[in-house]
Amino acid sequence: MSAVSKFFQSKFGIWSGFAGAAVALFGIMPLLLSGFRLGLFAQFLCYAIVAVGIGLAWGRGGMLTLGQGVYFGMGAYLMAMHLKMADAEFRNGPGAVPDFMELAGIRSLPAYWAPFASPVFTIAAILILPTAFAVLLGLAVFKRRVKGAYFAILSQALAGAFAILLIGQQSLGGFNGISRFQYFFGYTINDPVNQQMLYFIVAAVLLAVVALSLQLRRSRYGELLVAVRDSEERVRFLGYDSANIKVVAYAVAALLASIAGALFVPVVGIISPASIGIVPSIMFILGVAIGGRASLLGPVIGALAVAWAQTTLSEQFPSAWTYAQGLLFIVVIALLPGGIASIPALAKRFRFKNNAEAVEATA
Amino acid sequence: MQNRFKPTSRALAASAAILIAAGSAAACGGARAGDETAAAESCVDTSGDTIKVGALNSLSGTMAISETTVNDAIHLAVDEINAAGGVMDKQIELVDEDGASEPTVFAEKAEKLIREDCVASVFGGWTSASRKAMLPVFEDNDSLLYYPVQYEGLEASENIFYTGATTNQQIIPALDYLAETGVKSIYLVGSDYVFPRTANAIINAYAAAHDIEVLGEDYVQLGGVDFSTIVQQVNASGADAVFNTLNGDSNVAFFREYSNVGLTAEEMPVMSVSIAEEEVGGIGVENIEGQLAAWNYYQTVESDVNSTFVEAFKAAYGADRVTSDPMEAAYNSVYLWAATVEKAESFAVADIQANADGVSFESPEGTVVIDGDNHHVAKTARIGEIQSDGLLYTVWESEGPIEPDPFLEGYDWAADLTVTE
Repeated sequence: MSAVSKFFQSKFGIWSGFAGAAVALFGIMPLLLSGFRLGLFAQFLCYAIVAVGIGLAWGRGGMLTLGQGVYFGMGAYLMAMHLKMADAEFRNGPGAVPDFMELAGIRSLPAYWAPFASPVFTIAAILILPTAFAVLLGLAVFKRRVKGAYFAILSQALAGAFAILLIGQQSLGGFNGISRFQYFFGYTINDPVNQQMLYFIVAAVLLAVVALSLQLRRSRYGELLVAVRDSEERVRFLGYDSANIKVVAYAVAALLASIAGALFVPVVGIISPASIGIVPSIMFILGVAIGGRASLLGPVIGALAVAWAQTTLSEQFPSAWTYAQGLLFIVVIALLPGGIASIPALAKRFRFKNNAEAVEATA
Repeated sequence: MQNRFKPTSRALAASAAILIAAGSAAACGGARAGDETAAAESCVDTSGDTIKVGALNSLSGTMAISETTVNDAIHLAVDEINAAGGVMDKQIELVDEDGASEPTVFAEKAEKLIREDCVASVFGGWTSASRKAMLPVFEDNDSLLYYPVQYEGLEASENIFYTGATTNQQIIPALDYLAETGVKSIYLVGSDYVFPRTANAIINAYAAAHDIEVLGEDYVQLGGVDFSTIVQQVNASGADAVFNTLNGDSNVAFFREYSNVGLTAEEMPVMSVSIAEEEVGGIGVENIEGQLAAWNYYQTVESDVNSTFVEAFKAAYGADRVTSDPMEAAYNSVYLWAATVEKAESFAVADIQANADGVSFESPEGTVVIDGDNHHVAKTARIGEIQSDGLLYTVWESEGPIEPDPFLEGYDWAADLTVTE
């Protein structure tokens, strides 16, 4: 183990790692980036929060969750419903119909929208609904020992079905989705101070989520999860119920995706089925694969790198950027199967190999 | 071993502390609901010899096939204006961005164009979803969008100019035409999103007031290609005509199935509102010959302005290319913006808004005039028939340009449809 990685696993190292990240996110980034770029970065951080969850479920637990768009979308739509209710109430008093429903010809508020006027109910729903859904689905799937490609196909089909379901719901904005939010818990969204504050909230949530992931990885549970990933049969023979172990990781990943979706809505200002279907779900996975799925920070780095590359490439080459992006994916996956996070280890191995060759040459 | 877990629980505590700190900092943050927020300062630079504008179209993704043609038309208009000396003696510098067929990307790139590139205005958008995503960006940053596609109406933003048709310039003339030709019953087929649903709501109201029977109303998912059931139902209904609001690839499958079961334009004509010259080739002329479409412009419109436009377009992009209504509306939008700037003698948004009323342009489709109240343009409606060369030929046109009425306030039978803000 190199001195660097030893340092970062020590008590002091973890503290200084978090302190460094906090300084970078709260101090340096706001100075470095314009208001627009900071907002964009906040959007990328939302993707990174999803990636932390995937890193846990896929990287540590071996479950290829190709359908995280479902949970991202649940969080996002729940938040969007609250913001729309608050906007309508501010304009036309309690019980008013959100503007997009008026256009769709819906004159009275659907009953299931009413509770979302309450911020407390909304936050509780964002935290509980997707998690509960993931637990139920996880139990149904993992207890029956569905795994590998079958699980991946199932989760992807779920994302596709969810997007199609939403397109058909005129009371959730249908194909257009929900947009045009004015207030976030009483604060005007279109105000530079509040936009920066939104960014700080997202950054703080990301730090908290990474800490949670670190805690889980280092706990007894984290060891069990890796054991299930590497040899589920053996873990079962030892007397553990491997399904329960997987359900926990899957539910945590769902919870993180839901939180990310809820933050995405005020940051980006729109949620539509196009942001949560099969393609966005695959993009989440791609970020994690490119960053390095099994490491702590790999998913975060990968999600940020993919989003940043997409924005930068498309700004530079508006008509040809998709080719460049595809090439980037192929190069990284072919040359760096362990992702960006494996570069330090690869560099070390390369140095060892050179040293060994040097020793052989002198012998 | 137990020791190992300690530092991480502290890390957890530390980040929880950060979260609380951020939360409490937010409490003393910026404007609350109801406070006046100052409009964003415009960063448009009008001091140099050039003026920047943006083109925001989907150059990748499912909409790319349609939207790249609009992008070409915008470039053509900019090149022509530059060759003629520019706007207020400034050359136009066009910044391209890719909306990638995704509403969130449209919102992101619109904000980038306004806040980072400091463009004076933006031309682009196609789907209603992309327009709805961009609308708050243009309103919050007080900038201008020129949107070139026919749409479902019921919208009038101070920060958007709509140079395509609204419903009373496309759908209602199409219904008038069908009624004139003796159609007493229709069948509605559409993609499942806001434009077809709104269009069909209007058609139902129109039909109720004009003694036309609506025999069925079916929707398929955007991009859906299974039409065997729907076409069977259409066939069995014996309707006098079909009103088609399908979008994109679904049209290919629908018309193939339609001609497979032996239905023809003579027997049961189909009136389409999303099929232009570009789409006919994909569907196959043999499947769609004789069918009807409703637009404001066809490549075959006979005028000197149009033949110059078509020649210039083919010279720039190839002799095999065709021109269509959204392309022409996008081309017009650049000229309308330039004319408004010249009239206002300013690139500022407020000056353009104040001077837009009555600005006109001799366009390929005929004279178009901006309505200063609702930011739409007066346009001539045309019903076209698809012929064997794959082009559309006008069979009926309105007497001069129709004034835009996005909220259908001038139609008694539409009173229940609209909610004006």
